[in-house]
Amino acid sequence: MIEARNLTKTFKDKKRGIITAVNDISFTCRPGQIYGLLGANGAGKTTTLRLLATLLQPASGSARLAGFDAATEANQVRAHVGFLAASTALYGRLTARETITYFGRLNGLAAATIKERLKGLADELDMRDFLDRRCDKFSTGMKQKTSIARTLIHDPAVMIFDEPTLGLDVMTARSIVKFVRDCRNRGKTVIYSTHVMSEVEKICDVIGIIHDGRLVAEGTLAELRQRYEETDMEEIFVKAVGGEAALVAALKNQGTIP
Amino acid sequence: MNWQNILTVYLKELKDSLRDRRTLISMIVVPTLIMPIIMFGVGTVMTKVVRQARSEIVSVMLLGGADSPGVVAALKADKKFRLVPAVADYQQLISDKKVRVAVELPAGFEASLKGGGVPTVSLYYYEGELKSGFGLKAVQDFFTSLKEKTIETRLAERGLSAAVIKPFVIRKQNVAPPEKVGGNAIGGFVPYLIIILCFTGAMYPAMDLTAGEKERGTMETLLCSPVHRINIVVGKFLMVLTASLTTVLLSIVSMGVSAALGVMYFGGKATSQSATSALVGQAAEGGSIPLIDPVGLIGVAALVLPVAVFFAALLLAISLFAKSYKEAQSYISPLIVVVIMPAVIGLLPGVELNAKLALVPILNLSLVCKEMLSGVWHWDYIALIFGSSCVYAAIALGFAVKMFNREDVMFRA
Ligand SMILES: Nc1ncnc2c1ncn2[C@@H]1O[C@H](COP(=O)(O)OP(=O)(O)O)[C@@H](O)[C@H]1O
Ligand SMILES: [Mg+2]
Repeated sequence: MIEARNLTKTFKDKKRGIITAVNDISFTCRPGQIYGLLGANGAGKTTTLRLLATLLQPASGSARLAGFDAATEANQVRAHVGFLAASTALYGRLTARETITYFGRLNGLAAATIKERLKGLADELDMRDFLDRRCDKFSTGMKQKTSIARTLIHDPAVMIFDEPTLGLDVMTARSIVKFVRDCRNRGKTVIYSTHVMSEVEKICDVIGIIHDGRLVAEGTLAELRQRYEETDMEEIFVKAVGGEAALVAALKNQGTIP
Repeated sequence: MNWQNILTVYLKELKDSLRDRRTLISMIVVPTLIMPIIMFGVGTVMTKVVRQARSEIVSVMLLGGADSPGVVAALKADKKFRLVPAVADYQQLISDKKVRVAVELPAGFEASLKGGGVPTVSLYYYEGELKSGFGLKAVQDFFTSLKEKTIETRLAERGLSAAVIKPFVIRKQNVAPPEKVGGNAIGGFVPYLIIILCFTGAMYPAMDLTAGEKERGTMETLLCSPVHRINIVVGKFLMVLTASLTTVLLSIVSMGVSAALGVMYFGGKATSQSATSALVGQAAEGGSIPLIDPVGLIGVAALVLPVAVFFAALLLAISLFAKSYKEAQSYISPLIVVVIMPAVIGLLPGVELNAKLALVPILNLSLVCKEMLSGVWHWDYIALIFGSSCVYAAIALGFAVKMFNREDVMFRA
């Protein structure tokens, strides 16, 4: 379970002044569901997910994950959350086995437990061939599998994915999507951010559209289709953020386009 | 603080660093090789230069002396000298190293000696130039023996014995053990080297474990773990400290081994007043390679510890701020100068330890090491230095922890 209540996060930036990256966002993700956070570049997805993972502290608002408060019980929250992002890389000089074992230890697991879970994950993710090779020699697919095993070693109740398919080839991206579905089927609470429309259509049970730090629309795919009277996700998205002009203005404001 | 977690982080960082070539070079290769290179490289060259200078036939220019054929003949007969014809700009020739020494004999020199006068012989040489110095000494020896012969002749003329002018004999005996002489000679140089190695040994791992992790994207992965941040900082800090101390320890061991080998190598070739003692200079009387007081080395190691902590924590905090390895390098490279400066000031002769200087970080270490290595133990200063270094180290470590807890540092855009 993830409950975000009026989360707000501001950054001070030399050029742009004070940026409200996340603006009064509230939502709930339930166990056995995939919550899709859909937004353009710079909409505030990563910041929102970092707030949930307690990597950042909100300016105001609160969040509860797996029954723990993100502000006061940060360590407990992290112990029950698996966080996978493009920005969470692997130690190149360690082997896959060493990496996964390291994170098992950091999560306070006993050596025997780590060994057992590592074996299970390696079988499940088909990692046995490269378990004892250094991560810097891995293909993106092997890296992604190792990262997944790293996030799962402590069997967290909540999984947070920040654009996990970004920059991956089709086959690897498909295996990730399959894995995210598996997490849901095992009853985990999953939140998944992306800017790819087709992905949310395919895998998300509930979709939240984020624009300029605000959650501008939320619902199942069917509900959104009904509300915006469109079937195509891209059209729904453009309507939800207030038209193409609003999208362009937001991108200009953050300096992504001139 | 959870020591189990700290140990986990530390062991992982240790394993990771031992697989990093850059860290290995700065932590193991450089400190092991630097002393032998300095000792044998510089030592061999110096020995050669000095030996060459000593064996050289001194070119001497004789000014005047036409009416003193006896002295001129004696000079000519001496195999140590080669007389060159007199020219007007002899000073220029000495400066140009074409002539080592010029001897000016006054008119009527020999006649004056016979008549009981006190004529002046002027020697022209180039102060500070090794070969001119050796030449001067040879010429001086020549005239000293001439002086003694003249005295004997004069005494004999008056029917007196030589004992009249030699009522007693002075015998000089050095009681300073060789390590004291050595302590003064290289005591300033050893801490200088240790301070710099202590810093450079910590430099690469500090950058790699912070800015390097940010750059490679592993920092966020690490922060996702439920371990309290302070344990992560302390684990990383211990790794940087390990690297720094390993560097220093290896350099001290290598220094000891090099010194021992040096005694065998240079000492074996050297006779009592040979090239080696000239190289070392101060130990001229004994003619041995100066030794370092081993107890002094232990004292140095003990005082280096808080300074290593200070460096490790400071470097960690500074490079934590950087987003990339390159950025960290641009912050830290200028710091090397800041570290070298007090170390060099400690090397200067005449800069002595006092209560105020005992509070200046780095400089105090440099000064107290110089004393300890020459066997002087000012316990009150040593306590003051150890105490103040610990305080600076604690401040730096606190600063590193604070930086690690600041999200605008860890997640800089
Ligand atoms: N550490 C930071 N410092 C300053 N600004 C930031 C920082 N992180 C994100 N931002 C800004 O906050 C906004 C939201 O960024 P982000 O959450 O990364 O968006 P997304 O993940 O949807 O692309 C952007 O305008 C970004 O420039
Ligand atoms: Mg993002």
